[in-house]
Amino acid sequence: MNATIAKLALQALLGRRRFFLLLAFPVLLVGLVALVTALTDGEAAFELLPGLGYPLVLPLVAILAASSVLGPEVDDGSIVYLLAKPVNRYAVAFSKWLVALAATLAAGSLPILLAALLTGDAGRAWALFVGAVVAGTAYSALFLAISAVTRHAVIASLMFVLIWESLLGNLFTGIAWLSIGQWGLRVGHELSDQLPDPASLPWAIGASLVVTVVGVWFAGDRLRSFTLRGED
Amino acid sequence: MSTLVLDSASRWFGNVVAVNDVSLTIGPGVTGLLGPNGAGKTTLLAMMSGFLAPSSGHVTLDGRPVWRNTEIYRRIGLVPERELSFGYLTGRQFVRANADLHRLPDAAAATERILGVVDMVEPAGRRLDTYSKGMRQRVKIAAALVHDPSVLLLDEPFNGVDPRQRMHLMDLLRRLGDEGRTVLFSSHILEEVERLARHIEVVVSGRHAASGDFGAIRQLMTDRPVQYAVQSSDNRTLAALLMEQVSVRAVALRGDHLDVQVDDLGSFAVGLPELARRHDLTIFELSPSDESLESVFAYLVAR
Repeated sequence: MNATIAKLALQALLGRRRFFLLLAFPVLLVGLVALVTALTDGEAAFELLPGLGYPLVLPLVAILAASSVLGPEVDDGSIVYLLAKPVNRYAVAFSKWLVALAATLAAGSLPILLAALLTGDAGRAWALFVGAVVAGTAYSALFLAISAVTRHAVIASLMFVLIWESLLGNLFTGIAWLSIGQWGLRVGHELSDQLPDPASLPWAIGASLVVTVVGVWFAGDRLRSFTLRGED
Repeated sequence: MSTLVLDSASRWFGNVVAVNDVSLTIGPGVTGLLGPNGAGKTTLLAMMSGFLAPSSGHVTLDGRPVWRNTEIYRRIGLVPERELSFGYLTGRQFVRANADLHRLPDAAAATERILGVVDMVEPAGRRLDTYSKGMRQRVKIAAALVHDPSVLLLDEPFNGVDPRQRMHLMDLLRRLGDEGRTVLFSSHILEEVERLARHIEVVVSGRHAASGDFGAIRQLMTDRPVQYAVQSSDNRTLAALLMEQVSVRAVALRGDHLDVQVDDLGSFAVGLPELARRHDLTIFELSPSDESLESVFAYLVAR
């Protein structure tokens, strides 16, 4: 962990226009759930969370956070200013991940908890929150790794979420075994039966851990091999 | 005192060879890396600064390989050509972050000291995205120098910098070289390199074309055969007279002018007016037809 890298990553996150997008998602989600709760009842409003908040807003926030702390610097090569230092590159990746994780939890998982609490059942809300923390942790590490590899990190990450997890995940139940969102729900299921129980608990915990650790390690490894190219 | 050594270093990207079997030793003092655009200067600097693995050969700093070795950055300061994208930071914050990343014992004092060296104390409180090109360049140099490295590598540091700032930067680099640091900068402009560097390395098309002090390189460049276009009152008579000169290698009649190939630049240019006057000829026009830097480089490679 390197405090300076983390501080710069935080400034990169807060100093760009993307930050307002990052802020808009949770505000809209909580606002929508509050509105539906007021107009109908808590049950209909809660459906928005497993239907929209959890599978879409949470990963989108994670994508924004992870790509903001690393993406632009890798894209335009200005990360050399951070890397031309006697600092362990895994520490660079880890510090940046911590900032992305904090942002994902604050702007993704926490609003899901708030919105779920608005709909009534507190047990169910906390269970979903735990799931969102697990998934947010793995998402941020995965998307950080993707940001370290490709210039098209946002597109690649979106494809993972929209096509793999959402579209194919709805068609084939087996994909739950390879879906970060489903692992989170499986962990949350232990706290509340109202969440679905895809895959198995040890698998969900183990796989989330592996994705997190390998994702951050891989991002660090890519940084170790970071190559400076000319303008052309 | 540090020495950077490239030993038969090559780098290729797929089928394209960017750097071809280059062996160089860069020691203390200011060295200029001269070459036209696309010659492989950035690739060389990337290899020297540990941001590119050589495809073959070795790149070492004081005997230790630089690739995947973050410890070298205690001794190296790098000023890439890349623009700073940290526009949301002030100059001071940016330099301070660099000092902090080096874990300097007194980062705040080091930051102020180096801002003073590059003469950026006053604007250091402003955001980077409000800076002119020359100011950004100086902040980049401050960031690279804040940990007092023995080696400073700069990629095209004078690109887009206005003349006054350029003078200032040159003075600064000269001072750093005089202090015994190893300073290497790349440029595609001969005059820039000449004015600043004691030692010059020339690269063309990824190959090491020439090496030596400024005088030797200048000599190489002025001694090469030069083409002139001459227009006079009587081209045919002048052609006959020119062929008698030792320095002239070839003369051709081309419509209304003469193409003259000359070996020794100095004596030809000095002798021509006198020759014309003696034979009552009037010279209307005398112009070198291939003074472009590219032809100079092409000559050095073909040599």
